[in-house]
Amino acid sequence: MSEPLRLAVSRGALFGETLDLLERIGVDTAVLRSDSRSLMFPGGEVTVVTMRPGDVPTYVEAGAVDLGITGKDVLMEQHERVVYELLDLGYGRCRMVVATRAGSRFADDLERRLGAVRIATKYPRVAARWFEQSGRQAEVIEVKGSVELAPLSGLADGIVDLTATGRTLEENDLEVREVIAECTARLVANRVAHKMRHDAIDRIVKRIGNGAA
Amino acid sequence: MGGLRSQASQGNYPIPAGTRDILPEEMRELRQLSSALLETFQRFGYGEVSTPTMEYEDVLVQGDERAAGASYRLFDEHGQVLALRSDMTIPIARLAATRFADAEPPLRFCYLSHAYRAVRPQRGQQREFLQAGIELIGADAPDGTVEVLEVLTAALDAGGLPRARVGLGHAGMFTALLQEMGVPPADGRPVLEALSRHDLVELEQRVAALGLDERRRRTLATLPQLRGGAEVIERAIEVGGDDVRAPISRLAEVSGRLGERGIAERVIFDLGLVRDLGYYTGAIFEVYDPALGHVIGGGGRYDGLLARFGHPLPACGFALYVERMHVAQAEEDRARAEGRT
Repeated sequence: MSEPLRLAVSRGALFGETLDLLERIGVDTAVLRSDSRSLMFPGGEVTVVTMRPGDVPTYVEAGAVDLGITGKDVLMEQHERVVYELLDLGYGRCRMVVATRAGSRFADDLERRLGAVRIATKYPRVAARWFEQSGRQAEVIEVKGSVELAPLSGLADGIVDLTATGRTLEENDLEVREVIAECTARLVANRVAHKMRHDAIDRIVKRIGNGAA
Repeated sequence: MGGLRSQASQGNYPIPAGTRDILPEEMRELRQLSSALLETFQRFGYGEVSTPTMEYEDVLVQGDERAAGASYRLFDEHGQVLALRSDMTIPIARLAATRFADAEPPLRFCYLSHAYRAVRPQRGQQREFLQAGIELIGADAPDGTVEVLEVLTAALDAGGLPRARVGLGHAGMFTALLQEMGVPPADGRPVLEALSRHDLVELEQRVAALGLDERRRRTLATLPQLRGGAEVIERAIEVGGDDVRAPISRLAEVSGRLGERGIAERVIFDLGLVRDLGYYTGAIFEVYDPALGHVIGGGGRYDGLLARFGHPLPACGFALYVERMHVAQAEEDRARAEGRT
């Protein structure tokens, strides 16, 4: 097969470690590291395409790229998108959690008195599913910026968000109440490319498997 | 797009989400494609049938508990629940069982029909979509399966998609494998669910939790990743040994016959293939074209479906999504123009 595989890479928290990974499997990342304006970086075996983490499943599902690297949090939020999840890349480890004001039984009281808690999040579908599965009612409020602000200002009683070290939560007087999932970077593939270009994809997967361990 | 459109020309008379109008230029190409497909089916001896767009919901549920994913329902003047069909397989099973109850099998039917599903509208996938396909009723595996695959590859050629390939898997293989390994069905269910979500990472985690020995664990984790030519079957037996031999034997039978018909290189064996409709029992298909990221068709064996209508006969068929094939044609033309093929 002559044409290089197209790989979508998220610019964001995972970007640095993703470049390290690509380097380990023999992709030249010098231009990727130095050039922050281009979006596509042609290569012999792999053409790297950079984008926002949340766009990766969209491009992969449509087949605009063959492979993508993004966080499990993004995949959970967009779980209706049909992509093959091939590998846990191990880095970018963090937890998707429910957090409320530290030390208070605030949320519990509200749930008892008002029948529902208000949850602010950038992951409205993950949050809604989590509360639904555990038989509780939540009013999910989608916010775009700093989620920690929501309970501090009274917009919400708690949040659903990603935390790596827990420091941001702590600084904002929030504490983890429940862990929804452990999230890491994942390698995903387009459904058609996974079949039509199985040799090329398996080669990459194998090389990552050997190098990432 | 030629220039900006004035507010007035857009009008304010919307059509339902996931439906669309088709104008003459596109319609001419779609008609051409549809005719080429129907002619191919008829050349192989498949007679065209048409069934009502609406069926009684009860009848669809008789074929599949989830009415094959039918999403649009209405009441008739007697308060009966009607459903817009979501595919043609159940309506044709009903037709065969009622109108051809005394006919000598095998029966060969083809169709060109609209069906309806509440999908997220995207490229070439609307909520009202056109399907072209066949149903071969009363012909067992592997011969019936091979015949259907032969018609399918001929249809892809007639549709101008010589690079298209058919993914071929087996609906019950993974379930049989878990059973062979003595995994209780309740423990196996999360494994099957991860498989149907194409989540191979979670599949591996679920498999690890089953408490099987190292080799069986590796078999379950590796098998869904095996896809390619007939060598895949050898490879599966290499990995899984005796556990795999029986579950994979039906695929191995088909594999042997494909070469005789000269279509071996059109088929990609895929041991991780799953389809979301409940009535499939044996071989399952998905159709791909390298120019398009979406599946352009699918099908498989449904040996239990006719029995649910009181007429136990094995059966097999496929449906091609005509609009998606058309998108693939356009993409193939573009790839050729850019020298990418």
